[in-house]
Amino acid sequence: MRMIAGRLLALVPVLFGLCVLSFALLASVPGDPVTAMLGLEADPAAIATLRAKYALDEPLPLRFLAWFWQVLHGDLGRSIQTGRPVLEMIGAALVPTLQLALAALLVSLVIAIPAGVVAATRRNGPADFAATLVALCGLSLPSFWLGILLIMGFSIALPVLPSSGHVAFLADPWEALRHLALPALTLGAAMAAATMRMTRAAMIEILSADFIRTARAKGVPARGVVWRHALRNALMPVVTLVGLQLGQLMGGVVVTESVFSWPGIGKLTVDAIFARDFPVVQGAILVTATLFVLINLVTDLLYAVLDPRLRKRA
Amino acid sequence: MSAVMTRAPLWRRLLRDPRAALGLLLVGLAVLGAVLAPLLPLPGPETPDFLATLAPPGGAYPLGTDDLGRDTLSRILAGARVSLLVGVASVGAALLLGGAIGLLAGFLGGWVDVVLMRLMDVLLAFPGILLALGITAALGASLTNTVIAIAVVNLPVLARVARGQALALRGLDYVRAQQALGFGPLTILWRAVLPNALSPILVQASVLLASSIITESYLSFLGLGVQPPTPSWGNMLRDAIGFLDQAPWLAWFPGLAIFLTVLGFNLLGDGVRDRLDPRD
Repeated sequence: MRMIAGRLLALVPVLFGLCVLSFALLASVPGDPVTAMLGLEADPAAIATLRAKYALDEPLPLRFLAWFWQVLHGDLGRSIQTGRPVLEMIGAALVPTLQLALAALLVSLVIAIPAGVVAATRRNGPADFAATLVALCGLSLPSFWLGILLIMGFSIALPVLPSSGHVAFLADPWEALRHLALPALTLGAAMAAATMRMTRAAMIEILSADFIRTARAKGVPARGVVWRHALRNALMPVVTLVGLQLGQLMGGVVVTESVFSWPGIGKLTVDAIFARDFPVVQGAILVTATLFVLINLVTDLLYAVLDPRLRKRA
Repeated sequence: MSAVMTRAPLWRRLLRDPRAALGLLLVGLAVLGAVLAPLLPLPGPETPDFLATLAPPGGAYPLGTDDLGRDTLSRILAGARVSLLVGVASVGAALLLGGAIGLLAGFLGGWVDVVLMRLMDVLLAFPGILLALGITAALGASLTNTVIAIAVVNLPVLARVARGQALALRGLDYVRAQQALGFGPLTILWRAVLPNALSPILVQASVLLASSIITESYLSFLGLGVQPPTPSWGNMLRDAIGFLDQAPWLAWFPGLAIFLTVLGFNLLGDGVRDRLDPRD
């Protein structure tokens, strides 16, 4: 409990810093943000209205405090482009992003864990060499290029999967899955590489532990030793890495969503940047970074739950 | 490890490791291409040939041409210059500033440490690409701003490594001896701490080169990094999206260039880390 309270308390300055930085990013746009939003030839009356609306004539610290007060009350302002509340737009975009993130996570685990275990049990053999090489290539592959290659393969050369768009699960589950396949594979492959390396390293360490030797000596079949005894213990560091990666995924979705026109928070951010819709940019960056911090916190806590030694130490 | 091997220079030890040697080769090719591009008998990267638009690879254009008839090979070599420049400049800037912040925070401790490292924590609280995106959105898309954005992303990573080193070194006898002799903190940092903290910081910096090149390609791909007509691998892929069915080579080659260069830096980074890690 004390550990959880401590971690939550440490979060306060970081979240405040996130707010300051998100605000500062918008405030540092060169020139007048109103001109940036409305263009050089805007009507002076419209400029005056917008300046008053965003309190742009106030000193910067006061503007920050006013904005921060709004944020604390769950108000991220309204989109300049659509007039809709920013929070509502972000909420709508988060659903497809979370779908994509979970699907990518599933893809990465299905590839990485068996590959990592096989590589560790056949250490220095051809299977290990191949898995390690593929993982290293996966780490060096820019995900948007993999996305483009998949589109060329599965949407153009062999037109079996759609190259863009999103279908709601409730509307048509089969079409929803077909639309999800390529983006999830793109994002999942990048995660799989790191997870596979971690699974392999953790398994190699665990397989030489005393309790594994005991299990073998007791006559537990080799398969049981590897998949039941060793993997269970090797998963600990893997859980941490997966958690951290899920956080990083919040960044990775920006590019993948743009390649596949996936209407998530990443695409929302990029589109808003081009439309100079700064309240949306600011809100989306703040929400994504907050999610990133929270996912990292949950990962830390989950690790403590899984590993009783850490709980005792805390 | 034998005494002879330990004394051999780093590059020679790297060449003995097949993975690191491959990394060195790939990075070397990228550097060579970037440096020698202007000397090669190729059309300029921005020179259009309207009689040869979307020409497939072969003949006068070994890697084909784009929709304006510009030579893909020439543009990839020019893109290498941009990618390497952004990578080295952004990591270099982060190395100088992040190294200084981390060493000061770790060595001085107290409130300096708390303030500086909380600031770094805030930067680390953003997913890297998102922070870079926010910065380029605020500053405007250009080559210089791309370097600044990626440098800010790299800053906290290097500051943390430098701080860790300074913390470990400040309790050692030879550092405390300098304090006893009455040298000021900056002198001690410069003369005793920096030289001994440098190698782990440099290893981390070499690892960051790969991620910086990828981040640059992401930003340019999204249209927020290096701006046309200056070719970069990312903005070449952005242009290629519209021609995937007619001219797939426009997407193959720039992507392959990013992949091989980043693979090279990753292999080299792994090799350097293995060689410099005394536990290895």
